[in-house]
Amino acid sequence: MLLTLTTTHRPATDLGYLLVKHPDRVHSFELPVGAAHVVYPEADERRCTAALLVDVDPLRLAGGRGGGRGRSQSAAPDTFTLSQYVNDRPYAASSLLSSALAKVFRSALRGESRDRPELAAAPIPLQVRVPVLRCRGGSDLASRVFAPLGWAVTAVPIPLDETHPGWGDSRYVDLTLTGTLRLADALNHLYVLLPVLDDAKHYWVAPDEIDKLLRAGAGWLSDHPERATITRRYLAHQRALAGEAMARLAEQQLAEEPPPDSVAGEEHAGAPRQPSLALRRREAVLAALEASGATRVLDLGCGPGALLSALVGDRRYTEIVGTDVSTQALTLAARRLRLDRLPERQRDRIRLWQSALTYRDDRLRGYDAAVLMEVIEHVDPPRLPALEDAVFGHARPATVVVTTPNAEHNVRYEGLGAGRFRHADHRFEWTRAEFAAWVDRVAAAYGYTASIRGVGDDDPEVGPPTQLAMFRTVATGTTVETDTAAAAGLAEAR
Amino acid sequence: MIDIPELALVALVGVSGSGKSTFARRHFAPSQVLSSDAFRGMVADDENDQSASADAFDALHHVAGIRLRRGLLTVVDATNLQPHARAGLVRVAREHDVLPVAIVLDVPEAVAWERTQGRADRTHGRQVLARMQRDLRQSYGRLAREGFRKVHVLRGVDEIDAAEIRYEKLLNDRRELTGPFDIVGDIHGCREELEALLLRLDYVLRHDDAGRPVDAVHPAGRTAVFVGDLVDRGPDSPGVLRLVMGMVAAGHAICVPGNHEQKLLRKLRGRDVRLTHGLAETMAQLAAEPAEFVAEVAAFVDGLVSHFVLDGGRLVVAHAGLKEEYQGRASGRVRAFALFGETTGETDEYGLPVRYPWARDYRGSAMVVYGHTPTPEPEWVNNTICVDTGCVFGGRLTALRYPERELVSVPAAREWYAPARPLVAPTPARPDTVLDLRDVTGRRHVEHAYGTLTVPAENAAAALEVMSRFAVDPRWLTWLPPTMAPCSTATAEEFLEHPAQALADYRAAGVDRVVCEEKHMGSRAVVLVCRDPDGGPFGPGGGVVHTRTGRPFFGPPHDGELLGRVRAAVGAAGLWAELDTDWLLLDCELLPWSAKAGGLIREQYASVGAAGRAALPAVLATLDAAVGRGLPVDDLRDRMAARLADVEAYSAAYRAYVGPTDGLAGVTLAPFAVLASAGASHVDRDHGWHLDLADRLCATDPGFFTVTRRRVVDLADASAEADAIGWWLALTAAGGEGMVVKPYAGLAARSPKGSLLQPGIKCRGREYLRIIYGPGYTDPEQLAALRRRSLGRKRGLALREHALGLAALAALADGAPLWRRHELVFAILACESEPVDPRL
Repeated sequence: MLLTLTTTHRPATDLGYLLVKHPDRVHSFELPVGAAHVVYPEADERRCTAALLVDVDPLRLAGGRGGGRGRSQSAAPDTFTLSQYVNDRPYAASSLLSSALAKVFRSALRGESRDRPELAAAPIPLQVRVPVLRCRGGSDLASRVFAPLGWAVTAVPIPLDETHPGWGDSRYVDLTLTGTLRLADALNHLYVLLPVLDDAKHYWVAPDEIDKLLRAGAGWLSDHPERATITRRYLAHQRALAGEAMARLAEQQLAEEPPPDSVAGEEHAGAPRQPSLALRRREAVLAALEASGATRVLDLGCGPGALLSALVGDRRYTEIVGTDVSTQALTLAARRLRLDRLPERQRDRIRLWQSALTYRDDRLRGYDAAVLMEVIEHVDPPRLPALEDAVFGHARPATVVVTTPNAEHNVRYEGLGAGRFRHADHRFEWTRAEFAAWVDRVAAAYGYTASIRGVGDDDPEVGPPTQLAMFRTVATGTTVETDTAAAAGLAEAR
Repeated sequence: MIDIPELALVALVGVSGSGKSTFARRHFAPSQVLSSDAFRGMVADDENDQSASADAFDALHHVAGIRLRRGLLTVVDATNLQPHARAGLVRVAREHDVLPVAIVLDVPEAVAWERTQGRADRTHGRQVLARMQRDLRQSYGRLAREGFRKVHVLRGVDEIDAAEIRYEKLLNDRRELTGPFDIVGDIHGCREELEALLLRLDYVLRHDDAGRPVDAVHPAGRTAVFVGDLVDRGPDSPGVLRLVMGMVAAGHAICVPGNHEQKLLRKLRGRDVRLTHGLAETMAQLAAEPAEFVAEVAAFVDGLVSHFVLDGGRLVVAHAGLKEEYQGRASGRVRAFALFGETTGETDEYGLPVRYPWARDYRGSAMVVYGHTPTPEPEWVNNTICVDTGCVFGGRLTALRYPERELVSVPAAREWYAPARPLVAPTPARPDTVLDLRDVTGRRHVEHAYGTLTVPAENAAAALEVMSRFAVDPRWLTWLPPTMAPCSTATAEEFLEHPAQALADYRAAGVDRVVCEEKHMGSRAVVLVCRDPDGGPFGPGGGVVHTRTGRPFFGPPHDGELLGRVRAAVGAAGLWAELDTDWLLLDCELLPWSAKAGGLIREQYASVGAAGRAALPAVLATLDAAVGRGLPVDDLRDRMAARLADVEAYSAAYRAYVGPTDGLAGVTLAPFAVLASAGASHVDRDHGWHLDLADRLCATDPGFFTVTRRRVVDLADASAEADAIGWWLALTAAGGEGMVVKPYAGLAARSPKGSLLQPGIKCRGREYLRIIYGPGYTDPEQLAALRRRSLGRKRGLALREHALGLAALAALADGAPLWRRHELVFAILACESEPVDPRL
């Protein structure tokens, strides 16, 4: 990967003093992933260019020489796992380049110069070129982050493949920045913003990254209009870290300049904020459970445990079981519920099990109620009869609460194209009529009575955003033979 | 001589010092003997700590229960002098449906006292021994009443020393009978139909002087098996009994009792039995028979054993079926299950008991054939089948031919008896479509014909997520392709993989003939196609196309369209008739790669190429200028120039696998193996056969199919080897991925030593490998590092998955229940979550 730095300051060769790299020599440095070289392709009175070239060793990048470390953590074998061996890191500017920059131009980054201290403190005409920069967010974002700092920005998209023009542009741009800035400022901008645009850090983001960011961003980041994006990306999407950094940035801002009149992003006073649909859905489900009188409940497809937290907080529920097919989701749920820190008696109420709703699971039998909150739409329609058998036929709780999107309501969502689903993994979304037909069929087949209600604001034309069905087993006395009922259900569904 | 059943819970009964432990040591293996002293030691570090007795017996009962569940004879070495102690053992035995047996060792008190005093660790006094002796006396009368089915008493030291143990088989254990069998369903007095069925099955009837059939013999020595309910409702129950009793007596048939025989016997014994459900008819018919015949009938029924375990344990016959835990066991509830089946305790609208569908949960390896519940059409459910087709109700009389699994039936002459409830139509949903989480999750040991595979729980957990969220319906997911190992790493200068190594690998394994197949660079596609576009034996839908991890290939509508093309080709090539099948399972590669992997190519491969092709020229320009200024960067410049050439070569490599497609237009399918068809797995056919069939498919629709080019190589023939290597060089030079070398003998080929061979070894082209190992992997330094790659893990994984795949194909051909087929396919997917270098 390559970065060039050109000045037309006279004498241009003073750039060598500022960078502490003699223009007539080749400067090489050892890096953890390869080598860095500084060479000057041009160096005369009028114009001088320093090039920083990082020569990445692919073997070192992959970690360990030769084979061995090729461990794919592939729960889903279709996922691409070769990317750790075949990737753009040797070519595209990234945090690797930033690291090299910090190592090679350390004193210049700090604005120090033994030989030319005044020049180091003065803005000089500069041109920076990064021929290949991965720019997530497109060339537009490159302009938004560099232009406010005084740069004229040219970001030319690089085509993905000249032999396949139909594929359009790649995610890379050829970036040129022109401006009159202090060299140290220019280097700090690059140090922070190249990885931000690349948006894929090569190393583990530790809390001391905040200090690095604040140090390099001193004087320009705290009032940068894109500081939120920059902070979030620089800290590699670690929300807790980014939040702390933003708070510290705000303190700096107070120290540096008078407080602004209004704080952006604050809620308008007066208008009460609508609770989110997710919250209203959760409340509707909790109300249905409460009405059922259940005390031992199943949250089937519990995900990271949003509903479980609410259930755990309610003493009426003596046994709470969350199931999900994803062990990762269960780990998140356990963390959210702080299972390892709960007192024993609390913890004994909660169970988290991996289970799949298309398989019968004996552990799920004998509970008062089961919740399928935004779950069925993640099951392929041909597999629904298996879910029906497993839940209504086999687990057979007295109450089943099901929620699912109302597809008719989708027209109310801006930006959701016609025929598109609300979530990429949804296998279907039903209209009110389709949901009602399913509810009726399942209730009849398995000996339940059912009622349907809406969740969220009931739109007169397209109905509420979410639909909720509550199934109750038919009162005992009328025995329904599970087997034939199940068979009937399966038959009808096919 | 002491006779005890092969499977029993044996309680030794005797005072301290009576020689129980010595007796146990002499007659039983140490692992068979559970001693209370040892368990006391286990739970309390002191064999004589009486305060630990309760815990010790808890543990002992638990272990005894586990052993009995696993079908192991278990001997309990404890005094067992008190009723409550023995009651615990009887309970454990009953819970596992084995017979409790008591062996009492009765020695004179003086002998016991002498022995006790000789042991340093026994400190109890004489009065304790006297009390034990009293307890023993009192025990004598009680043992049988307490539930011990056999009580052996050995009196005195001599008798104890002289005793020998002899094992007796349970009456239901007829594993030595291997058939072949014709298993006949419920007859209910339909003598005419029984005669007709036996004739249909090629039996020769023998008649008595009155012209009544009294025996039937099969010329090929087949044995008839009657599942019971010979009597009641129908026109000639005595006639049926006469024939069946004759066949059983002559050794031409065996018979298990039905609930109707049981009831008849009670009536004949003078019990108060209501004359319902057709018993009145039987009694009326028997009234016309001589008293000695009726007595014979009573004796015959009385002697019937509730169920049989046959053919080495592979076949179980019981009137109402039998769940796995009860097979080969003896207890009241086993007999009740065999006669009446399991009921839910409810009655239906016709007043008949609702039967619990035990077969749906059946996971046993033995085939269970039974009757009892009339159905219009016998149906396999989890390796069980009910052959009662309601003959007396005007249905048919049916027999199952074993081991052929063929059904033979004759129609009823008429409706002899009106059914209490109508014979329901068979449920259109196959009941064995239900899968249980227990079939796939947790740490599992999957046993199959090629060995046992252990699936770690975490692999199963990962596979469960993929399977349940992304895979096609398990009914359609019959097989998954095993991962394939590359050849041993090449030693030739610039190659990482080279055909010489692939051929050498097989030569080393003792193979003499291989086929080298062109490795198409596309996406693996497994095609299960049914002749009927809407139906077929796997449920509605006509077929499926799935990826190597079981996902739908393109999804609707393209998968359906693709199946249509394949279906038409199979028809045109005449394969439906030739293979006598209504479905085919094909292993194929779908081309071009970009059809399925377009996103991957653009996101990963093209992006890397774009970055490299833009960055390196800029680097070169910079370095050229620096060289022009006299800076010493020539080496660096040359290295970068080489790197640019590598990136160009890499770009050319992935571009070769990109083709214009629009829906199915531009897509072609390259079949290379016909894995299975109805009733047959084709893993033993050689690759010549597979490729010939594939060629015939290609010939019917050359626009859609792509031929798999190949070379057959005799490994002893150096010129053939050289030719194959030259062919590979030409293929890969033209942008081909490489080739796969397979043992010519077929998928299930074995080495001369009998071990399963790798089904294929891939040998990838030098240029292709750039997209796997990186554009510049051919750099000598990188290549040297990569040569140290280790293949053992990958090879082991490939073999494990291959064995599972073969077992899955066998299960498919045998019509194994869904849970079993799914278990095997699921295990293959679980193997795929093993961490293995993805570049191999």
